Amino acid sequence: MERQFIARGMLAGALGGLLAFLFARIFAEPQIQRAIDYESGRDAAQSLLDKAAGLPVEAEGSDPFSRAVQGNLGIGVGMILFGVAMGGLFAVAYTLACGRVGNVRPRPLALLVALGGFLALYLVPFLKYPANPPAIGHEDTIRERSGLYLLMVGVSVVVLVGGVWLGQRLRARFTAWNAALLAALACAVVLGAVMLLLPSLGELKANVDQYGHHATETPLPLKDPQGRIVFPGFPADVLASFRLYSVAAQALLWATIGVAFAPLAERVLRRAPAGAAA
Amino acid sequence: MTTPSLPAERTTPVVLGGARAALWLFGTVLFSVALYYFIGVDQGATSVFGDNMYVHEFVHDARHFLGFPCH
Repeated sequence: MERQFIARGMLAGALGGLLAFLFARIFAEPQIQRAIDYESGRDAAQSLLDKAAGLPVEAEGSDPFSRAVQGNLGIGVGMILFGVAMGGLFAVAYTLACGRVGNVRPRPLALLVALGGFLALYLVPFLKYPANPPAIGHEDTIRERSGLYLLMVGVSVVVLVGGVWLGQRLRARFTAWNAALLAALACAVVLGAVMLLLPSLGELKANVDQYGHHATETPLPLKDPQGRIVFPGFPADVLASFRLYSVAAQALLWATIGVAFAPLAERVLRRAPAGAAA
Repeated sequence: MTTPSLPAERTTPVVLGGARAALWLFGTVLFSVALYYFIGVDQGATSVFGDNMYVHEFVHDARHFLGFPCH
């Protein structure tokens, strides 16, 4: 049974990744291109400032793939494989959840597990460290940023799984409704505390040393030595759209996994001879 | 609806049995986490395939869009 779940989960994940890719190709790619154009323009302005100040100008590194490859093939392969990975994890969680999370029928369980995956692996970490388009993010802090993001993903998975366990324990003393609310409240408090304790990206040491105290790494206006703005800060509308589309694409991916897996799982469970499911 | 739903009182049974099943689940988690790592993290903070940027640059847009930190 677990093998049937895994194969169907990965298939649903690939489908979700494909739909998320089509969405990204239409809505996100124009924003990504605007961010890259901003980055190029800013680098050119910085080079002029450096030249005027007599500083050595940094040479532009060449990328191994063209923008056309990155923005079509690369993002497609990346999102579909990401969907397969998420479908695999989803199938494992679904298999483990069967029969262990109270009176839930196969189809609603698929939607609930997909919602859990969306929250634990994307939305909760996003609340602390949201997705950023190209041009946002300093090279010097990539190690710390990766570590903090993965830590946030790990914490949110552990806390939400713990929340489900807590909800099951509380069901002995409260109604299912109240047990679920209490468990959700406990998750929110613990996650809120963790988010409060972890540093903002702008407050990382390398950033404070170079730029002073800021909440994020989003580029501020570039100024010449006289303090005149020679290049604007990162366009706010591009950032807002990029993040909204990022959330929408993940929601689409996880919704597809849940909706596509639900009837498949029900069929697998119905085919299994009653009582032989141990 | 073409397929009849399960009766309302029948909820999902426990379906996990034996060491083989556990091994399949464990292998799936390992495979999925490895995929997650190569799409999201490799050749940024850490690198498995040496000091080049092929994986990173190829999935560059997906990495940004899926929420990972990227260069």
